[in-house]
Amino acid sequence: MADSTAMSPPVSASGRPRFNPSPIYLASPALLLFVGLLLVPLGLTAILSFSVYDSAVGVGQGYTIANYIEVLSDSYYHEIFLRTLLMSLAVTVMSIVLGVPEALILSRMRSPWRAIFLIVILAPLLISVMVRTLGWAILMGNEGLINTALITLGATQTPLKMLYTMTGVTIALTHVLIPFMIISIWASLQKLDSSVEHAGLSLGGSHATVMRRIILPQIMPGILSGGIIVFALSASAFATPAILGGRRLKVVATAAYDEFTGTLNWPLGAAIAVLLLVGMLAVILGSNRYIERRYAQVFES
Amino acid sequence: MTYLQLDGLNKRYGDINVVESVSLTVEQGEFVSLLGPSGCGKTTTLQMIAGFTEPTRGRILLEGRDVTRVPPEKRGMGIVFQSYALFPHMTVAENISFGLEMQGMGAADRKRRIGETLELVRLGGLGDRYPRNLSGGQRQRVAIARALAIRPKVLLLDEPMSNLDAKLREEMHVELRNIQKTLGITTILVTHDQVEAMTMSDRIAVMFGGELVQVSTPFDAYEKPESAFASGFLGKTNRIDGRVTVRNDRCCEVQSGTLSMKIPHNNRACPEAVQIYVRPEKIRLVSPEESRMTSTVSARMFLGSHWALEVDGDLGRLRISVPNVGVPPPQEGEPVHLGWQDDDMRILAHEANHG
Repeated sequence: MADSTAMSPPVSASGRPRFNPSPIYLASPALLLFVGLLLVPLGLTAILSFSVYDSAVGVGQGYTIANYIEVLSDSYYHEIFLRTLLMSLAVTVMSIVLGVPEALILSRMRSPWRAIFLIVILAPLLISVMVRTLGWAILMGNEGLINTALITLGATQTPLKMLYTMTGVTIALTHVLIPFMIISIWASLQKLDSSVEHAGLSLGGSHATVMRRIILPQIMPGILSGGIIVFALSASAFATPAILGGRRLKVVATAAYDEFTGTLNWPLGAAIAVLLLVGMLAVILGSNRYIERRYAQVFES
Repeated sequence: MTYLQLDGLNKRYGDINVVESVSLTVEQGEFVSLLGPSGCGKTTTLQMIAGFTEPTRGRILLEGRDVTRVPPEKRGMGIVFQSYALFPHMTVAENISFGLEMQGMGAADRKRRIGETLELVRLGGLGDRYPRNLSGGQRQRVAIARALAIRPKVLLLDEPMSNLDAKLREEMHVELRNIQKTLGITTILVTHDQVEAMTMSDRIAVMFGGELVQVSTPFDAYEKPESAFASGFLGKTNRIDGRVTVRNDRCCEVQSGTLSMKIPHNNRACPEAVQIYVRPEKIRLVSPEESRMTSTVSARMFLGSHWALEVDGDLGRLRISVPNVGVPPPQEGEPVHLGWQDDDMRILAHEANHG
């Protein structure tokens, strides 16, 4: 937390803070960028989602909530939202299960190896999303490397179906989003006093007990905030579900895209996008409040 | 019977011997300090006793049993860490409870033991606080309570006072020593603070360069240092180069500058080139008749209970500590007559400078 007294503006003789305009000047470029590239398009999308749509004439005059009713009442969309939720949860859980041990191992590595493996873990983020996703498509195809290997080894007779399944999408998303989880845990591991583990051991706790009762609770804020990032990014992921999931396994982001570009029903697409945003905000704000309350002791120490 | 025994402990990291053939025996209930500058191997020695570091060679025996390969969680050592290493997500009571739960103690017994231990470290009523809501001194008491609650076989203190301010540190020295005596718990303290080691310990083990250079009571360590390093590290001292001219059964005659001094050698070998050590408080300002030598005051500092003088004379620059008896000593530039007893001098073979 920044020291508020150090940041407060100078106080005039009358006792009231003198207005100091420089913070506003300094913040304005970023503020303009934020308003111009995020708030304005978001506002336009929100307005669009309340617009009347007619398949004959396109976006019409007047406002309606028909688009929202259509999304909320149609089981087709229910399925898409549910699929997105389950996919995001699966990716989040996978990232935690794989990311926690990875971060712990990474933090115990010696000097040159740590930097090398950190780069290896961050590598997926350095590659273009299309290249990476197409790479997975090549690996996962029926004639792909994984299936060829499995059949050659005799592990399976018929190729495993991975491409155009949620399993494939989840694997690929976990691969690209796990760095966020690891960095987040890494940050809380840096705050961890390395001797608490020794303290736990000296008090008679086994390695497993010390991990469960001493280390994990202290890195929990990192795990949960990493979880929020991974959840949000996978719920709004577009390219990976679009390519690896195919046309039929739609998620919310691809469904909105299809409404915009396929059926040209922009208001309906906008309504889907707004609902996704609202849903994610609810999840993120809710978990954030939970974390801050539950782990206040760890956060502020 | 020996309670804890370190037998030729050795630790190598690559080509460097961090700890070299450290052998030490500790009796039950004894308070022993490992004293030395940073990098002398004292913390590594403690880590080996705790079980966090495996010795390259040597054994650790506890109550006659070899525990060298026993993992730390099975050794039953209570450790107070320099950073305290409290569990931030647990209350004070939960911190103390952890070790008791690991011993399989029942809830009622645990509650009683936590209460007792908190009283012992004078933290009664703070059991529900979280560590972050405590002051540095209170956190340290929690760390001590947590280590003591499990009734450890040995209490290991790793520079426990280094994060406290000077006044609090002095109070804790007395208090910790009282607790240690009350419980009769065998304790090993690692510290670089000679005052801490002297005020608390039964014996001091002075370490330098990975080796034990002297193990003795605080008084002997101060009065009869066996090496130039121990002499310089424990308190202040004056070092004077000299040359042995005559050696008889009891004394050496040493020549330094124009002065010839008779110094007891305590049956230790005296090479020709020696160094004479005299503590600043052993040199007194005397009348001209008793004077051993005359010098000129070059600096004078008032430190409350005593004056620190620096004088220049035949033996080079000497530091003198004069008790404050209400009359200021001579000022800078004035001559002083210095006197000291033969027994106040200690001769050691000429060694490389350890500072």
